[in-house]
Amino acid sequence: MKLSLRHLLSVRDLTKRDVELILETSRSFKGISERDIKKVPTLRGRTVVNAFFEDSTRTRLSFEIAEKRLSADTVNFSISGSSMAKKGESFIDTIRNIEAMKPDIFVIRHSQAGAAAQAAKLIHGRVVNAGDGQHEHPTQALLDLFTIREQKGRLKGLKVGIVGDIAHSRVARSDIVLFQKMGMEVSVAGPATFMPFGIEDWNVKVFTDVRAMLPQLDVVMALRIQRERMGEQFFPNEREYARFFGINQAALHEAKESLVIMHPGPVNRGVELSTEVIDGPRSVILDQVTNGVAVRMAILYLLLGDTKEM
Amino acid sequence: MEPKLLMTEAQMEESLSRVADEIIADGTEGVALVGILTRGVPIAQWLATIIEKKQKKAVATGSLDINLYRDDLSEVGAQPVVRPTELSFPVTGTGVILVDDVLYTGRTIRAAMDALIDYGRPRFIKLMAMVDRGWREFPIQADYVGKKIKTDANENVKVMLQSIDGVNKIVVKRQA
Repeated sequence: MKLSLRHLLSVRDLTKRDVELILETSRSFKGISERDIKKVPTLRGRTVVNAFFEDSTRTRLSFEIAEKRLSADTVNFSISGSSMAKKGESFIDTIRNIEAMKPDIFVIRHSQAGAAAQAAKLIHGRVVNAGDGQHEHPTQALLDLFTIREQKGRLKGLKVGIVGDIAHSRVARSDIVLFQKMGMEVSVAGPATFMPFGIEDWNVKVFTDVRAMLPQLDVVMALRIQRERMGEQFFPNEREYARFFGINQAALHEAKESLVIMHPGPVNRGVELSTEVIDGPRSVILDQVTNGVAVRMAILYLLLGDTKEM
Repeated sequence: MEPKLLMTEAQMEESLSRVADEIIADGTEGVALVGILTRGVPIAQWLATIIEKKQKKAVATGSLDINLYRDDLSEVGAQPVVRPTELSFPVTGTGVILVDDVLYTGRTIRAAMDALIDYGRPRFIKLMAMVDRGWREFPIQADYVGKKIKTDANENVKVMLQSIDGVNKIVVKRQA
């Protein structure tokens, strides 16, 4: 079995069969992290470069743990302290130079949309997009999907709501496309300034009040308020946001008993979700983190099939 | 060319019954039958059923996926499908009998031993194969064998099982 693509740049490129294969393979890989010996020899002798041109804790750690559990050799690049920061080397030259050292896979995060796709044109190995600007974050969407299926046992027909800054969120963009591809119904809620231009064409229901959306949902995903990406004109006040779009026990009053609550992290406690909701029984935020390792292992494994053709 | 019938369901049952006697004679206390995915699993279950009937006491079973431990991963084209390993008992201290359909080069068994040891330190590892067709490339031999045959390199031994193929029988096909 193999994926229909060489690189994982966007969830749009995945066929439904690709998604099913990734989910099934992830399920098998999850067990490896639960053993005493959390390592298989599968990617022995392969080199993976984690090139992070933008900060990250979770995604970078998750990729590195996934790579190590597959026995790959991992090398980390970050922008601070690099020749890019200090000597003005360009992104393209940096990628070309890393490529000259013959890694098998590049995991790339960058603050600009399309960075991973641009890199993919320059290199022989495989590229995994670990987040490019406000464009996409495909591995996050796949781990979200895996977590939903693990919780619900199915995907088709589920009603999922995404709350927060839809316009600036690459997680929202990837989630919406992937969830719809797998037959789920997606709605969104957030302040008008957080709705992207042209949302009418996304085939999602738009709510201006999160409490009106919650009762119908099987799954709700709260997005992080990304203070680093916005100015005052978008986001006047955290207290005001928490009041209208934050999810606390009172907001959940009319929600289904089986509602699953997700967040891609890091959570601003008391803003997107209240502390009792984050740590409550419906929250699967830490399951998402656990599953992220398994899903990334599966993606690395599947992308390295057929390397002889390269 | 028409495949040649090697064993019928009744003959498979008869062989497994003999193997079960041998396993019981060697002792089944703290022993588990672990089938190698895919075709080793229903054989392990079949064997466990026979053992239970004979000794009136169940024996633990499990399944093992060896694909992540293969030595030919860079040679095969697409990646093999990885299925979950299921071992419902602690491997450390258990006597494990690996069960597979066909013993051929021995490479699968090498991978299976590596995979198993990553789950713990078994008291021992033994091997049961439904068919031993020869042509070993590794120094590996089975402790229990359903049927041992001589084959040509271009023959293919296929163990067919009810849960996968809808029928229990073993055939030998000659490749074109």
